[in-house]
Amino acid sequence: MRIALFTTCLVDAVFPQAAQATVRLLERLGHTIEVPAGQACCGQMHVNSGFQAQAVPIVRNHVRTFAPVLEGEWDAIVGPSGSCVGAARHQQAMVARRGGDEKLAGLADAVAARTYELSQLLVDVLGLTDVGAWFPHAVTYHPTCHSMRMLRVGDRPTRLLRAVADLELRDLPEADSCCGFGGTFALKNSETSGAMVTDKARNIVSTGAPFVTAGDWSCLMNISGALDRQNTGVRALHLAEILASTRDDPWDPDPGLGGAARVGARTGAR
Amino acid sequence: MSTHLGMPTVRPMPAHAPDEPLRWGQPFPAAAHDTLRDTQLRANLRTATRTIRDKRLAVTAELPDWEDLRDAGAGIKASAMAALPELLEQLEVSVQARGGQVHWARDAAEANRIVTGIVQATGAREVVKVKSMVTQEIGLNEHLAAAGIQATETDLAELIVQLAGDMPSHILVPAIHRNREQIREIFDARMGDAPDGLTSDPAALAAAARAHLRARFLRAEVAVSGANFAIAQTGTIGVVESEGNGRMCLTLPRTLITVMGIEKVLPRFEDLEVFLQLLPRSSTGERMNPYTSTWTGVTPGDGPQEFHLVLLDNGRTRALADEIGRTALHCIRCSACLNVCPVYERTGGHAYGSVYPGPIGAILTPQLLGVGETGVLDPHDPAASLPFASSLCGACYDACPVKIDIPTALVHLRDRVQHPPGRRARPTVWSVALGFVALSMRSRRTFRWAGRIVTVLSWVLPRRVRRLPFPGSLWTASRDLPPLPRQTFRDWWSAR
Ligand code: SF4
Repeated sequence: MRIALFTTCLVDAVFPQAAQATVRLLERLGHTIEVPAGQACCGQMHVNSGFQAQAVPIVRNHVRTFAPVLEGEWDAIVGPSGSCVGAARHQQAMVARRGGDEKLAGLADAVAARTYELSQLLVDVLGLTDVGAWFPHAVTYHPTCHSMRMLRVGDRPTRLLRAVADLELRDLPEADSCCGFGGTFALKNSETSGAMVTDKARNIVSTGAPFVTAGDWSCLMNISGALDRQNTGVRALHLAEILASTRDDPWDPDPGLGGAARVGARTGAR
Repeated sequence: MSTHLGMPTVRPMPAHAPDEPLRWGQPFPAAAHDTLRDTQLRANLRTATRTIRDKRLAVTAELPDWEDLRDAGAGIKASAMAALPELLEQLEVSVQARGGQVHWARDAAEANRIVTGIVQATGAREVVKVKSMVTQEIGLNEHLAAAGIQATETDLAELIVQLAGDMPSHILVPAIHRNREQIREIFDARMGDAPDGLTSDPAALAAAARAHLRARFLRAEVAVSGANFAIAQTGTIGVVESEGNGRMCLTLPRTLITVMGIEKVLPRFEDLEVFLQLLPRSSTGERMNPYTSTWTGVTPGDGPQEFHLVLLDNGRTRALADEIGRTALHCIRCSACLNVCPVYERTGGHAYGSVYPGPIGAILTPQLLGVGETGVLDPHDPAASLPFASSLCGACYDACPVKIDIPTALVHLRDRVQHPPGRRARPTVWSVALGFVALSMRSRRTFRWAGRIVTVLSWVLPRRVRRLPFPGSLWTASRDLPPLPRQTFRDWWSAR
């Protein structure tokens, strides 16, 4: 399949490892990945903060960038983020309509119908649960709110994780409780958000797993921020990073290097 | 023996109720700053919300048609709201035909005046009350007290709140912030006829309240209630409850006054079939509530011989005018959204500064008050902070028996607060920052610059950032900053 990568702005600029892993994973599975150059952001942050009018040009840019999927340029669009795919599916058309652009709204819905969160693409579109990954560690999984309640990914991520060789999946207590991120909520209601992520971190630590994973780096940024602050030693990583890891090309734990340097280092070692 | 530090448990009497029951105290973040540190409150809420969550899940999962019921509930509410004026007039006619009197109240002051007038006309100096949110909303008890009429709350939890001179913190369990030792203290200090040596054993506490209330039921001439439903077709009013105190109030006194928000009207009697299944399972996690009382006007020789229905607007038609916000009027006050809310669970109800706390309060309170609707928006208005008091996790929407899309309503109201129509919004730190970000996110060219800034920062900042100046401090108060990458994904991709 030809698959367009909806990188998402946060991953592009701050957590490139999730997008790199998505590329590695899907290429390994034999698919062609393209990264439409025009993309920037889905508009979620503005919509959720009360700035829908300002989100219209952002949505327009997103929809135009990915509209070629409707002409068969790609077979599907994949985003390594439950909340950004959720925004494409459930917010963009609303924002366009409110901004008076019916045409954009229709287009947004059509593009969104071809846009998948990573676990949905793998399980529903590609029909896979075992992607041939290897990750010899104990891991606990946090189901992010938007993947769970907006996209209804259900047990797809955990089915994928259970199929990873040598991975021990540990149940997270109170898994379905929000981590407290919520975009600008984390700042505007900093203390309440802090109380929520403290509980999330406590539950993660209680599993004894050295790794926590999720399908969204925005929630993981919040969770790992708290885990790091509390010196728990628990490492957060994206579901794609685990699924991309194989015996031949294992996950690279070095967080200090940039994408190219990291990939270069690995290639050099081979 | 428990030790109490800080605020005394029992607040000074007479109860100092806020002048505005929909808007008291500070903006949400400031109020939460205090309540988050209340360890007793946190422990109570943790236990209580978890227990009720599990019960609700168990009894909703056992119904094969639960989702259909939710759809039916949502549909009936939406069609009722679409025909609200006609239904209310039909209700008025039906109630009058059965010997009841109907009063229309535009706002709290008008409703209070009407109720006080009715009580005064009977000559009574005290009234017994069925638990009702709407009379909390209008501050009826305080208004009656000012006219020399003593109102006694007869719901156990509501009685605790009233005796403590407190405000409710939950729409179903208003004293959820109290534990039994605190309740014992409150009864001991404030309930004149509390038995000596009262223990904090729940049965002993309930028995004490029962004896206290029984005397009042038997002598009361007037009762005041709210309504869970009112059927336009028949003029039937319904109240569901657990304790039986409501049944006493609704049957013993000579005069019954029911105050109801206009959104409680339902078209047909058979609509009850849907709501009497949805409500108990969602609210107390019971298959059926112990008491369901319905009455239609006056029945000669049986029950109250004088019945008054006060129809209250108090901002509801204003909410109805808002296409997205109006769904808040579908609420049947089951409190499921509070019980599943991760924010409510930690801050408690008082942080919302309104008798309607939690997710539903966050969308209902600002609309009843008209926040962000008119030209005047005080950025320090505590009610304007409510739509932001949510991480948008969506647990409320999943739990709501009438499928109110609370997250969408929250996002919509946030917009209204930021951009009140007919007025240029004053720039804030948020609008400036987000405006800047919006510019960078509308095209690849500008976004590339945002990426560049991040990569430059990755060289400038230490690998571990634990403290930032304001507003970054809001993040670093409980979290480290993530280590920034040396290269953005798109630069990596184009170099590949
Ligand atoms: S909004 Fe829904 S869940 Fe919340 S109290 Fe109302 S009916 Fe119940």
